[in-house]
Amino acid sequence: MTDTATPPVSRTIDARGSFCPGPLMELIRAIREGRSGDVISVWSADRGSKTDIPKWVEKAGHRLVGVYERDGYDEIVVEKIR
Amino acid sequence: MKRVLVLGGGVGGTLAANLIARKLRRQVARGGAVVTVVDQTGNHTYQPGFMYIAMGNERAESLERPERRLLDKEVELVVGQVTRIDIARRLVELADGMRLAYDQLVLATGSRILPELVEHFDTEAHHFYSAEAALKLRRALDAFTGGRLVIGIAGMPYKCPPAPLEVAFLIESELRQRGLRDRTEIHFCSPIGRVFTIESVSEMAAPYFDQKGIEVHTFFNVEAIDPERKVVTSLEGEELAYDLLILVPPHKGAQLVTDAGLAPASGWLPTDRHTLQVKHLMPPGTPDAEVPRFPDIYALGDATDLPLSKAGSTAHFEAPVVAERVAAAVLGREPHARDASYTGKVMCFFEIGDGKGTLLQFDYDHPPKPPRPNQLWHLGKIVFNKTYWMTVPRGRV
Repeated sequence: MTDTATPPVSRTIDARGSFCPGPLMELIRAIREGRSGDVISVWSADRGSKTDIPKWVEKAGHRLVGVYERDGYDEIVVEKIR
Repeated sequence: MKRVLVLGGGVGGTLAANLIARKLRRQVARGGAVVTVVDQTGNHTYQPGFMYIAMGNERAESLERPERRLLDKEVELVVGQVTRIDIARRLVELADGMRLAYDQLVLATGSRILPELVEHFDTEAHHFYSAEAALKLRRALDAFTGGRLVIGIAGMPYKCPPAPLEVAFLIESELRQRGLRDRTEIHFCSPIGRVFTIESVSEMAAPYFDQKGIEVHTFFNVEAIDPERKVVTSLEGEELAYDLLILVPPHKGAQLVTDAGLAPASGWLPTDRHTLQVKHLMPPGTPDAEVPRFPDIYALGDATDLPLSKAGSTAHFEAPVVAERVAAAVLGREPHARDASYTGKVMCFFEIGDGKGTLLQFDYDHPPKPPRPNQLWHLGKIVFNKTYWMTVPRGRV
């Protein structure tokens, strides 16, 4: 996906500089702390994140809003569903 | 006089202090420098041995030595609890009121386990991250006559990443030998999408789970334990019933470094991946090159936030870099190129069960390529564990 339009983000996690599974673990922490309906944007420069995070989101029953290629990193946006 | 202060008498603190004292031998002898280790207990514990207590092959008494005996005689030892680090005044305070000033500070403050972060952990789950807990797990295994065994990870990062996999393999092997395997289901829960964080190691280990009939549950982040129903649930919504539950407890860095404003709430010290200097705590996303480093504060071992195994081996290979840089600063020279930069080197053994093991050796740029498991690597681990006292803390390997 390359669409740049994203819903309003309630929290941004800048996990650039963190390596797999760091960005996923940061997202999991935010999901734990957040509320249903929160939209969380994860920035990761680790190439594994754009496959690992969507797989986790599917298993955990949340919604993947999108994966966007940014300048030198990926932005993965997730909505907390439950 | 230049004062080098090392907080923590684990693998990293002990080895770094000994190496620093050797590099500054003349200055220490003349009274121009002093190297001091502050340790809470005055006892050095070989933590990798805890797992073997749980497996019935080790005794807690064999895993401790007085720290004084492991330190070179040039190193001073203060036994006490550090209650405050004052970076502005360059001193630390101890619980008994003692104050120790420093010119160079080495933070080898390790990690701590927090089982209490998971409700009912203490009464329902076992672990092997202390001698006492490992012995309790051993007793539970002795009393186990079959049922559902669940092994999981209740927080990342944690000490010795291969340990829960090793425990799964070793217990499976034991239960087979005891004739209980047919009566036991073994479940292994990984918080991520594979069995181990490093892909090459995961690829090596995954077939062993199949071969040994251990059911793997990926993306299982422990959320709660229900003691009534004997069920552990994941954040992802999965439930697993257990008769015996073994969980790696959540870990954090030392509270002391968070209180000092050096680390975030997690306690992991922001650390330069090559110089091992502690970095200033900055808002997430600040480009690394723009984050200032403390020129006189270093971190090593479990205490850092580096994306490496929290293991004695990491501290072992970091210590020569810290020692060289600290000694160079005291002597007013540039660090020698050979030990000036940490490459991310880690080397550790990995038990597969049935008397076999393999070796994980890697650095920042080279992922591990574990050799085919055999008896030699298992024996290597046993020999290493037994000879540790004579080798690692004293800088002989």
